[in-house]
Amino acid sequence: MIAQLLFAILLVFAGWLFYKNASKIFRNIRLGRSVNRFDSPAERTKTMLLVAFGQKKMFKRPIPALLHLFVYLGFVIINIEMLEIVIDGVIGTHRVFAFMGSFYNFLIYSFEWLAFSVFTACAIFLIRRNILRVKRLNQRELNNWPKTDANLILAAEILLMAAFLLMNASDYKLQGLGAEHYVVAGSFPVSQYLTGILPSDVGTLIVLERFFWWFHIIGVLAFLNYLPISKHLHILLAFPNTYFSNLKRKGQFDNMPSVTAEVKAMLDPSLPPPDGEVSRFGVKDVHDLTWKNLLDAYTCTECGRCTASCPANITGKLLSPRKIMMDTRDRLTTVGKNIDLNKGEFVDDGKSLIDTHITREEIWACTTCNACVEACPVNIDPLQIIMGLRQYAIMEESKGPSSINNMLGNLENNGAPWKYAQADRANWTNS
Amino acid sequence: MENQLHIPTAAELLAKGESPDLLFWVGCAGSFDERAQRITRDICKILHHVGIKYAILGTEESCTGDPAKRSGNEFLFQMQAMMNIQVLDGYAIKKIVTACPHCFNTIKNEYPELGGHYEVIHHTQLIQSLIDEGKLKPNDGHAFKGKKITYHDPCYLGRANEVYEAPRKVLETLDTDLVELKRCRSNGLCCGAGGAQMFKEPEAGIKDINLERIEDVIESKADVVAAACPFCMTMLRDGVKIKEKEDTIQVLDIAEITVKANNI
Repeated sequence: MIAQLLFAILLVFAGWLFYKNASKIFRNIRLGRSVNRFDSPAERTKTMLLVAFGQKKMFKRPIPALLHLFVYLGFVIINIEMLEIVIDGVIGTHRVFAFMGSFYNFLIYSFEWLAFSVFTACAIFLIRRNILRVKRLNQRELNNWPKTDANLILAAEILLMAAFLLMNASDYKLQGLGAEHYVVAGSFPVSQYLTGILPSDVGTLIVLERFFWWFHIIGVLAFLNYLPISKHLHILLAFPNTYFSNLKRKGQFDNMPSVTAEVKAMLDPSLPPPDGEVSRFGVKDVHDLTWKNLLDAYTCTECGRCTASCPANITGKLLSPRKIMMDTRDRLTTVGKNIDLNKGEFVDDGKSLIDTHITREEIWACTTCNACVEACPVNIDPLQIIMGLRQYAIMEESKGPSSINNMLGNLENNGAPWKYAQADRANWTNS
Repeated sequence: MENQLHIPTAAELLAKGESPDLLFWVGCAGSFDERAQRITRDICKILHHVGIKYAILGTEESCTGDPAKRSGNEFLFQMQAMMNIQVLDGYAIKKIVTACPHCFNTIKNEYPELGGHYEVIHHTQLIQSLIDEGKLKPNDGHAFKGKKITYHDPCYLGRANEVYEAPRKVLETLDTDLVELKRCRSNGLCCGAGGAQMFKEPEAGIKDINLERIEDVIESKADVVAAACPFCMTMLRDGVKIKEKEDTIQVLDIAEITVKANNI
């Protein structure tokens, strides 16, 4: 009875805490500018099913894709078992779904294999990160917390799967010993091999079985509440993020409507000047980004496929599209905390996304080649953020590299990026 | 040789009370860059050869605004766009072929919202459709037969607009040994010129992007690397020069390859 009460309290507390942190993230995302990504629901659903559920883009790199698939399937399917654990915990039953008979055996059978594959895949991931030191998993923007975060996630998953299998092993052994409450149910293709390392005394076994049961469920609830401060949030946000993908051609950059109004008025003086002051051209801080850019930032799991395909990064430039996303999230987190501390109002802290986090050198190294956008398995778009920062640097500050300013000057004066007269444009026809 | 070809302008046709079926958008590189001018002339030769009624804007053409937009100057971009749209609409232009993927992308994708609605194709798509229609046939025993040719995907043709097949089909009809670079199609590596990089020095790093790319070409052991963008052309040629491979690797535009193989 006490155990049931304790379990219920724990469950409600974990749920409440997650809700609280998730609402903060939701609020932060809504700090972004509006952008319409609610059109074409059929195409959006299809994109989400293919890219997030189907992991289509992951398979550009088959080995990590396969390992990731094991963890993904394990995560999604073993969560069915969570339902039983929660019911058992609240009502005080043991393996409440056991009445399903052979179907139950099939379920447990699959969970065991999945747990084993998650365990193995995570172990391989740890090796890839820390021993093989795969380049994209060890670049400079991952120093300190991001690396710890990644290792913590993998370690947590390994511990959770180990607890799950050891719990089953103890249960299986207890079933064999005919212990009270331990109905004979389930099929244990993996954990049957673990029974050897467990004691044969019923009392100790029950303590162990309970320990692993509690360890697993507390671990899961703790992991749930770790998500909001971790890159692992992608397991939830990958779905909305792919749903709200940019459905246009990658080459089509948005035209700023505020500029259109002004340019029209300039070209045709009979038109009334545009009304309403534009607060800012381009992106200085996270408020100037769209909510989708901000959702992108929270969705990024720092896998680095963008950076590994970025021509600037490959050739040793400072720019890393992954860092652009990490910086955006870091800045947004800071802005969110600022709002929390100042009763719902953001108070200027003298910092901004540009300069405080992202340097000029980074934004000017981009070739706008879209390789990062193409590479992202969850349709994140770092290029839009880079372009927004460039727009701010050029239109608000007139602070671009001098060669860019020269090019813009030529373009303005003679309609070509080089210093050639417009009148000479067709000279090639005579040569 | 070159000046035998008369290149009509839209203004000229209008004076005769005519209008072109196809407008050839030359682009800044195609107009001013000497190497790119050769590609421009070859595209004109193809248009002339198949008897398409085409025209250029001549001195009325101006930059599409792509480098302004990609470097963050939205004002200048939209100014350029709207002025160009006025000129194009003045001649009632319906269909445009461009020699440059950047012009192609900008007019095709970014002009419609500003009021410019045209059917826009890239010259590789035009050549491919002419081959499909049987209007272009490579000569027997042309220079590229059996040669190892590879193709570099321009970002603004490939990833940006998913035109991967047209340029490849042109090369496939030549009966050459077509090899792919290790990074190709949607995984293609940029030449380093996009996003207004063409007009500035690269940021500090360990190497230039075009060298990284030309190493892919060298690895492919191709005799010819086909380009479809005047900026890629410049970057690839510089790369070949720096690697001292000018004797073994030729950089040619798809239009140049077509003209040569068809003996136009």
